[in-house]
Amino acid sequence: MHTQPPTPCSALDGILQHHGHRPTELLQILINAQQLEGWLPAPTLTYLAQALRLPRARVEGVAGFYSFLYTRPAGRFRVLFSDNITDRMLGNAELMDALCRKLWIEPGKLSEDGLVSIDATSCTGLCDQGPAMLVNGRAIGQLNHRRINEIAELIRQQRPLAQWPSEYFHIDDNIRRRDALLNLDMKPGAALASAIARGRAGWLAEMQASNLRGRGGAGFATAVKWSSARNAPGEPKVIVCNADEGEPGTFKDRVLLNTYADLVFEGMTLAAWAVGASEGFLYLRGEYSHLLPQLEAVLARRRAEGLLGMRILHEQGFDFDIRIHLGAGAYVCGEESALIESLEGKRGTPRIRPPFPVTCGYLGRPTVVNNVETLAKTCLIALQGGEAFAATGTAQSAGTKLLSISGDCAAPGIYEYPFGVSIARVLEDCGASDTQAVQVGGASGICLAGYEFQRRIAYEDVPTAGAFMIFDGTRDLFEVARSFVHFFAHESCGFCTPCRVGTALLKGFMDKLADGHGAQADLADIDWLDRLLKNASHCGLGSAAPNPVIDTLQKFRPAYERRLVSLDFEPAFDLDAALAEARQLTARDDPGAHLQTHEEGTP
Amino acid sequence: MSAPARKLRVATTSLAGCFGCHMSFLDIDEHLFELVELIEFDRSPLTDIKEVGPCDIGLIEGGVCNAENVHVLRAFRRNCKTLIALGACAVNGGLPAQRNHLPLSECLREVYQFRPGIANGQIPNDPELPLPLDKVRPIHEVVRIDYFLPGCPPSGPAIWKFLTDLIAGRTPRLTGGLLHYD
Ligand SMILES: Cc1cc2nc3c(=O)[nH]c(=O)nc-3n(C[C@H](O)[C@H](O)[C@H](O)COP(=O)(O)O)c2cc1C
Ligand code: SF4
Ligand code: SF4
Ligand code: FES
Repeated sequence: MHTQPPTPCSALDGILQHHGHRPTELLQILINAQQLEGWLPAPTLTYLAQALRLPRARVEGVAGFYSFLYTRPAGRFRVLFSDNITDRMLGNAELMDALCRKLWIEPGKLSEDGLVSIDATSCTGLCDQGPAMLVNGRAIGQLNHRRINEIAELIRQQRPLAQWPSEYFHIDDNIRRRDALLNLDMKPGAALASAIARGRAGWLAEMQASNLRGRGGAGFATAVKWSSARNAPGEPKVIVCNADEGEPGTFKDRVLLNTYADLVFEGMTLAAWAVGASEGFLYLRGEYSHLLPQLEAVLARRRAEGLLGMRILHEQGFDFDIRIHLGAGAYVCGEESALIESLEGKRGTPRIRPPFPVTCGYLGRPTVVNNVETLAKTCLIALQGGEAFAATGTAQSAGTKLLSISGDCAAPGIYEYPFGVSIARVLEDCGASDTQAVQVGGASGICLAGYEFQRRIAYEDVPTAGAFMIFDGTRDLFEVARSFVHFFAHESCGFCTPCRVGTALLKGFMDKLADGHGAQADLADIDWLDRLLKNASHCGLGSAAPNPVIDTLQKFRPAYERRLVSLDFEPAFDLDAALAEARQLTARDDPGAHLQTHEEGTP
Repeated sequence: MSAPARKLRVATTSLAGCFGCHMSFLDIDEHLFELVELIEFDRSPLTDIKEVGPCDIGLIEGGVCNAENVHVLRAFRRNCKTLIALGACAVNGGLPAQRNHLPLSECLREVYQFRPGIANGQIPNDPELPLPLDKVRPIHEVVRIDYFLPGCPPSGPAIWKFLTDLIAGRTPRLTGGLLHYD
């Protein structure tokens, strides 16, 4: 089938060796194997399947699931333009077009010489410094026409990525406002020492007193999660740090991992102390693989300092270590049970819950999955005590929240606020003016209109995992919602029919409206689909997928109605144009060879 | 709700379909006797009526493949209070839509010009003939459709259940074995 000679088996053997021939490492093995040739030829998959004693279909199934794994040639340079709405607002379409023209290729297709392919990908988490792209997995931000010209030239000269100007790969933290967490200057190990001094139960009691709730979206009480895992039978227990950060518009976890990695790893170790866990994973989204070397270095240093490994800080029986697993471009893997499947080397299909991961997670063992920010915050609690933490923020939302601010404002970046801050205050601080709407919590979050800007960031009012995208008066909220609908349709894992089909249908309706074929009847169908997705989907992706449409239909309805052709019903396409080819083939132009798209009096 | 006082008028037609859905309709067998007590037929392959008139229910088999299909479908929509997509072809385009991934010109040339045994063939251009659309379309892309009855074809019992629900004033609802997609 493929003409390429099989990848040298010795290279694959090396990779298999490195991963201990463990089937749970399949995704990691495939990611490494792909680095050999830039894609995964069929013989490679066959070889790996045999070596791991896995069915060939299982290996192919995993390779086919993740969008950064290629089962057909994708070029020596694989360019992916980040396609979040914020990238679009910064003109990514024009830049992608320009690069395609310069390199003589079409989006989504491999150039004939096999040199380069260009395509779009979901939000890469560089919304504050976009438009952004990934080249062979490496992130490049702040694209402009000059950079695109240079990149076209580098690709044409086939210059290896290592020789590209290093400033391309420079990524800014853009921290604009600091509060408790970002002001913390902790000596590595200090929080751990304090928690160990309190004993496991004492430490858990501090966590209980803190009222810390998860920062990954659902807002579940962290201490409850930890004690459930602690009390659940099964060994060894597992702590997972969820750094998948796929929600469009979110990038605070990237900054924490870049500059505050010690807090994150220390938080994982604090969780292990409370739960009695000995195994830890950081699940790092593929888009952030540029952080991998420095994160590995931090882990190595912490091992050397006695903060990881056997007998942490000389505490008998406190053994814990952390491994980093990479994702490969699948938003659904942020959902905790899909993430665990992915950690086990499988497709990222969400599990049926219950049982929940705290009792039955990684390889069936009790597993705590926490967001990066949640874990970093536990250092504050260990150092300053649970009550001090609980005293900040609001009644139901203790502590601070990192916001990832992007879109129409003067100073996009990371802002840390105590919970309870109003939308209006945030807008003022980041220099936003003429704001029409704010999308809080990413594509699956909530769209707020001007009359709601006095509302507050807090679990009891506007909950958020941290995304805060700003749209000024020049933006079209229909297009914003449509871009999110495309995102969900692209990211649907396909496991359950309501979401697989529903997101595709919803996309179809939004495109019908965008193409000028919309009618009132379509809005009714959209309502119906929204309800179907919300009620019948298997996981949070499908049930959140209609959110942008529901909110904008309610708050920005004219943006939809403006697009309707005023009839009750409109055909989905131009009927007369659909006859053009036949007219040409038959050289006919009589009245019978035409159709009116709008028929008088058709209900 | 009880059965309506007067007989309901029902029209049926086959557009880009194979008449399999109509055959399946006839498969309701002895229920046909019950049915004619409740309904009367307007335009349908079962009657001689050529143009559809005011009706309660319209059943459409097949998708839309040419200009004439569009006209017939629109006439049904104008005249029927309730319009139903009957079968996979009407719902999704079905089998005939398999040509959609080929350019129309290739299809027509293959059939009328390049087929073995054809000499000097040409694509028919008689104005009497309806022009084909570039793609076969599901009927809901051309007019508003009220209900969809999937299956290739939907079984006789499914059609019977669907119609009796409608006639009795219940929102039709197929479950279990009556609902299938092939
Ligand atoms: C589709 C989907 C994507 C998610 N993505 C993330 C993510 O990228 N990061 C994250 O921390 N949580 C994500 N979550 C939430 C996780 O399932 C889980 O609730 C969270 O990691 C728990 O951590 P916390 O209690 O510290 O918030 C996602 C959930 C869904 C349904
Ligand atoms: S809701 Fe969507 S993402 Fe979730 S399991 Fe179903 S298909 Fe997959
Ligand atoms: S749905 Fe099946 S039986 Fe009905 S017209 Fe189409 S091909 Fe024929
Ligand atoms: S095979 Fe699963 S939905 Fe068709």
